[in-house]
Amino acid sequence: MNPATVQELIWAGVLVALAAFWPMMSNGYWLGIGVDVMMYTALATSWMLFSGPTHYISLASAAFFGVGGFVVGSGMSDYDASFWSMLALSAVIGGVLAALIGLATLRLSGVYFVIFTLGLAEMIRNLVSWVQNNFLGSRGLYVLTEFTDAHLYWMLLVTAGCVYLLGWIISRSRLGFALRIIGGDETVARHVGINTAMAKVILFTTTGVFGAIVGAIIAPRWSYIEPNQVFSPQLSFFVVIMALLGGSGRLWGPVVGVIPFLLIWNWVDSNFPNQSILVLGVAFLVIVYFLPHGFVGRIEQLRARARGR
Amino acid sequence: MKQAGAVLSVKNITKRFGGLVAVSNMSFDVAEHEMVGIIGPNGSGKTTMINMISGVFAPTDGRISLRGRLISDAAPQIIAREGVGRTFQLVRLLPGLSVLENVMAGAVYGHKRRWGREAEDFAHSVLERVGMDAMSHAPVSSLTYIDQKRVELARTLAGEPKVLLLDEWLAGLNPTELETGIELIHNLRNEGRTIVMVEHVMDAIRSLCDRCVVMSSGAKIADGTTDDVLSDQDVIRAYLGDDDA
Ligand SMILES: Nc1ncnc2c1ncn2[C@@H]1O[C@H](COP(=O)(O)OP(=O)(O)OP(=O)(O)O)[C@@H](O)[C@H]1O
Ligand SMILES: [Mg+2]
Repeated sequence: MNPATVQELIWAGVLVALAAFWPMMSNGYWLGIGVDVMMYTALATSWMLFSGPTHYISLASAAFFGVGGFVVGSGMSDYDASFWSMLALSAVIGGVLAALIGLATLRLSGVYFVIFTLGLAEMIRNLVSWVQNNFLGSRGLYVLTEFTDAHLYWMLLVTAGCVYLLGWIISRSRLGFALRIIGGDETVARHVGINTAMAKVILFTTTGVFGAIVGAIIAPRWSYIEPNQVFSPQLSFFVVIMALLGGSGRLWGPVVGVIPFLLIWNWVDSNFPNQSILVLGVAFLVIVYFLPHGFVGRIEQLRARARGR
Repeated sequence: MKQAGAVLSVKNITKRFGGLVAVSNMSFDVAEHEMVGIIGPNGSGKTTMINMISGVFAPTDGRISLRGRLISDAAPQIIAREGVGRTFQLVRLLPGLSVLENVMAGAVYGHKRRWGREAEDFAHSVLERVGMDAMSHAPVSSLTYIDQKRVELARTLAGEPKVLLLDEWLAGLNPTELETGIELIHNLRNEGRTIVMVEHVMDAIRSLCDRCVVMSSGAKIADGTTDDVLSDQDVIRAYLGDDDA
């Protein structure tokens, strides 16, 4: 991932400002899509902060997202805690969990890392379900708030904006440069003096923090939290596909993957509900055969060609 | 004694890979401004020795110290920051980065920790020294083999190492490139750098190294001035086989 430019930051600011008007122009179905877009933009962008430069594909997004939803659900229904305090707590727990996973997986690379993160996320899901069913609530996890879809949309927009800003700062920092070097050759990274373990854990932790925050913000939308559902591994795959479809070369990549994917997914899901999973497969094929560097790669290719002429 | 002033000191180093003893009870010292060659037949443990100095893996036994500080149990990034820089037998460049960025990588995390403009300017000056500044914005995939080697050397120099380890830096070059390469290392020598070079090219060893350490089957079989070592009977036997000696 290349260092982001000041121009990109200005464009991002303009886009965030424009996006803030969406709830005024839409409702119901389209506002719902807007919430989905913001949710996945925040998740895929934060996933990219770590996986973009390092090429470590993490399938643990659902674990962090689920922690956010579960902490809000459990805190609000079992302990009468406020939404905001649980939002803060879930960010902390998501961060700690990610740091632990990061430390445990440091020595793994390639496909081992992918499988390990997926397995770990599944383990956490089962563990939380088990604890919930046997020790905590018999009453179920209710998240009853005054928030409307528009409120959730704005909260997610702010979160996505923060992820982008953090990514922008990191991409221009020593840490961001270190991650690109790690992505190129970890042995070289260590031999030029980079503490590769530290760099990877820091970035993975930010992914965990934001995953949990997004999970916490979206919890009120469901009103009733079912652990098995908020930890669903499908979310992890969605995040990866959208990020790769957009392209990992630029910080703004995920957003151009999220929007088309969600529009197609929703259209197929409402017209051919039994075929929706097919979209995932087709998206994978499209990425592998036609868009190995995502839409971003294609856009930059066209731009370079236009400049060359 | 020379040992007291040693910049790099290797003491009774042994490395086992399972049952294989790759390096066996090696000891040698490198003094400041000295250029030491490590020579020996294929598979005699030279790269393994370099790998232990730079921290790729820890020795099974023994101690390595840099200016009196023990480094043999430290991680590569710590050793790099302490001032040990190296190149790799098979060139390792960072494929997604430009030539300039490859060299900046060496300048940013070393003991000087330059950043931004300063790191860029410094990287340019190092590239100039190895004769590669004109290519600074090229992608590394477009470079010829010797140019890749020069960029890798520049990256290592950008970390301003106190000890430079070169693992067969001259291997794989054609005769004209070899001349350029030897001249480049000659310049480093004249700058008074402390260098350990693993090399098979005997002409280079003769013209560049003050001293040579010879390895055979993981053990040290000779250590002395280059001329003495190269006329040593054991060394000739190790290189040419028993029958010829
Ligand atoms: N990581 C490793 N794991 C197992 N065995 C190894 C490892 N690295 C080196 N060896 C073995 O150690 C021995 C010494 O290898 P080394 O690469 O140090 O030799 P070398 O002197 O550098 O040879 P060359 O001149 O061919 O580069 C060889 O038998 C090699 O197979
Ligand atoms: Mg070797």
